[in-house]
Amino acid sequence: MAAKDLYPLFVWFEATAIGTAVRESLWLFPVIECIHLLGLALLGGTVLLLDLRLLGLGLRSQPTAGLAGKVQPWLVGALMTMISTGVPLFLSESIKCFYSPPFWYKMGFLVLATTFTFTARRKVAAAEPGRVRPVFTRLTAAVSLGLWFGVGFSGRWIAFY
Amino acid sequence: MNLLPFFEWLEGTAGSIAIRESILFYPIVETTHVLTLCLFLGMIALLDLRLLGVGLGGVPVSEVAGRLLPVALLGFVLMGISGSLLFYSGPVRAFENIFFRVKVVMIALAGLNALLFHLTICRRVAVWDHDPSPPARAKLAGVLSLLLWSGVVVCGRLQAYNWFD
Repeated sequence: MAAKDLYPLFVWFEATAIGTAVRESLWLFPVIECIHLLGLALLGGTVLLLDLRLLGLGLRSQPTAGLAGKVQPWLVGALMTMISTGVPLFLSESIKCFYSPPFWYKMGFLVLATTFTFTARRKVAAAEPGRVRPVFTRLTAAVSLGLWFGVGFSGRWIAFY
Repeated sequence: MNLLPFFEWLEGTAGSIAIRESILFYPIVETTHVLTLCLFLGMIALLDLRLLGVGLGGVPVSEVAGRLLPVALLGFVLMGISGSLLFYSGPVRAFENIFFRVKVVMIALAGLNALLFHLTICRRVAVWDHDPSPPARAKLAGVLSLLLWSGVVVCGRLQAYNWFD
């Protein structure tokens, strides 16, 4: 299936009631954007906190498993905030997104970043000390930071291309 | 004192025009400004949540502050540099924008709140370092920090919309 086959779906997205309401309002898009940005700060903060710890920085005296558990609810909450605000933003300009390369990069990075966070990174953080070689622990943090940076960077560039 | 003539002069300088008209530099500066929010506000918010007794339970407050504030400071410096460049690219429009003005005031208030926190209740942190629920003064500092910095983000974003221009 070629990407262009998805075009009718994006036309439908743009015509949804939510998409139309956000598009036709003067203030809905900016207000939702603000919440999306506040979610970004919290999501970035929670991701960074555990990745810094996996790199041997930040809250070094805390066991990674305990720290991962403490930030998990905030990470999930921030991710839910970002998705629930990102969807209406997307619906209001789906056709523009369809033609925007950064949008597709962002979706790719988002799938990779969330999958990695809730599988490999979760396992590495929860492992008993000494079970994972330090080089792999650091690599996990680097991959996580790289993938989430990809999401944020390409997300901002939807506005430019 | 009227700053407008100065900002009009600033807007006409070669550097300001170069940033404004650049194809890649401006978006890169703006992206840096947005993403370093995670370094700055991300760390500040985690400390505030600890002060409120709702996040990072079991981690001493002094450790959260000591280990995360250097990261926040790095974020603040990067946000300051990128933000100054963004302002420099269009100082007149920013100066006349109501959201920009409110943002500057809120940054000053957030700074004052942080200063008061560090000069008062934080000095006695050894007494309540391990408390799951810190004293009311610390909680107040945490709430004010979250509200003011969120306000700064909101004003920063709304500044781009020319509702009142």
